[in-house]
Amino acid sequence: MSAAALPRLLAGADPHGGATLRAHLDRHGLAAPTEVDPKWLVAEVERAGLRGRGGAAFPTATKLAVVGHGRRRPVVVANGSEGEPASAKDATLLAQVPHLVLDGLALAVVATGAGSAHLCVAAGAPAARDALAAALAERAAAGRDAVAAELVAVPDGYVSGEESALVHLLNGGRAVPTAVPPRPFERGVGGRPTLIQNVETLAHVALIARHGADWHRAIGTPHDPGSALVTLRGAVARPGVREIALGTSLESLVAHGGGELARSRGVLLGGYFGTWLDPTEARRVTLDAESLRTRGASLGCGVVAVLPADACPVAETVRIVRWLAGESAGQCGPCVFGLAAIADALEQVADGRARGRGFGRGRRGDDPLARVRRWCGEVAGRGACRHPDGAVRLVASALKTFDADFEDHLRNGPCGACARPSSFPLPQFGGALEAAA
Amino acid sequence: MRSEPPRLRVDPIACTAHGLCAELLPERVRLDDWGYPIVDGAPLEPELVAHARRAAAACPTLALKLEAGAGARATTRSTR
Repeated sequence: MSAAALPRLLAGADPHGGATLRAHLDRHGLAAPTEVDPKWLVAEVERAGLRGRGGAAFPTATKLAVVGHGRRRPVVVANGSEGEPASAKDATLLAQVPHLVLDGLALAVVATGAGSAHLCVAAGAPAARDALAAALAERAAAGRDAVAAELVAVPDGYVSGEESALVHLLNGGRAVPTAVPPRPFERGVGGRPTLIQNVETLAHVALIARHGADWHRAIGTPHDPGSALVTLRGAVARPGVREIALGTSLESLVAHGGGELARSRGVLLGGYFGTWLDPTEARRVTLDAESLRTRGASLGCGVVAVLPADACPVAETVRIVRWLAGESAGQCGPCVFGLAAIADALEQVADGRARGRGFGRGRRGDDPLARVRRWCGEVAGRGACRHPDGAVRLVASALKTFDADFEDHLRNGPCGACARPSSFPLPQFGGALEAAA
Repeated sequence: MRSEPPRLRVDPIACTAHGLCAELLPERVRLDDWGYPIVDGAPLEPELVAHARRAAAACPTLALKLEAGAGARATTRSTR
């Protein structure tokens, strides 16, 4: 496979039940995971500069090395739970190239010396689950893996794919986050050091093991090398999962999907924990960590959601925040009460109930937007998991990017676009099906 | 070498907003609008450590914790 050519991960993707082991090996070569030297692999992944693709972008080699250096035999978990309703990239990857992910999982087992492996997939992604079950049967028959991976269905829910929630689930509990420390890499499944990697990250490991770090770095930017899967949706003619070289301009990705940033209302980048960009900002960024950081954004889990020109950013944000508040696991007070209060206050701004408040009338504390800003600062960092942090990041970025719109709603009540149906999928609003890419 | 004083931490799952901590240690604990404690992770002033231990012991759900500072590691390094 030529180093500069895309797609890499999705080369040979079979939308009808997933590429077979035979097709996978014909395309990617015969390299057997069990024959790879663990030290070489960790060094190569480090040289490749691979970072986690589940949203947190943590260096993959560091995780591999830390988990492998404990006294107890580690456990490896492939995270394909994809709780983000706007994202479809992990389910697509699993359904179409299951063996690439399973090779990556087998390599993670080799790199860490793990004694068991689990593959977590969303209960709501039957195509991915069926493709994986078939792929695992093929591998068992071929004797390809030293450790047979166990397929685990993760209940739907925004927080159920969080690392400590997966550990809790695999230990026989409910899929809700637990208090950390200890972190999973210290004490996770069965009390063992546990490596949890997003399934796209593992697929990259499978290609790095075959082609090396230099090949991986042949596309992307020096700081953020390689390719990445993104889910493009919203105001584009051709939504769906794409593989891009990191460093690609946001404008060209959207144009490739048949959309136009200049005619949009903005872009939500990184999913519902993500960051809003106005059209001017959106036209200036490239999709890599360095460029996005200058706008306070990140690629996160790879969602690129283009807001249509005739949509209301206030109404869209309020719906997402209300949904996120409902997705709290209900364990930590600041998350349960804080997110609900923020959603209440924003709803009152959006629907006109808060009209006439703020603007120096009455006490300062009566301004609902000032209250929301204060709560955003207070709630962050005070849950067992990062759910409240992600939710208030979205709120803060909406208030910054669409400041004039929020003030206008506070002053004048709902706008003409408020009644427009949601542009992005929110399961409780019945949006998951209509917007499935 | 003297080790660094401990820091306050709240186990957010265990905490159910009794609010005793804010009464016993107002210097370092304030409550949010729903009665849950807000603490910062800075080292405790030495004269507050005893008060903080009492507050942690009095917490009905034992959600308030004192965590050892970075002192232990610093000591190891300095004696090498």
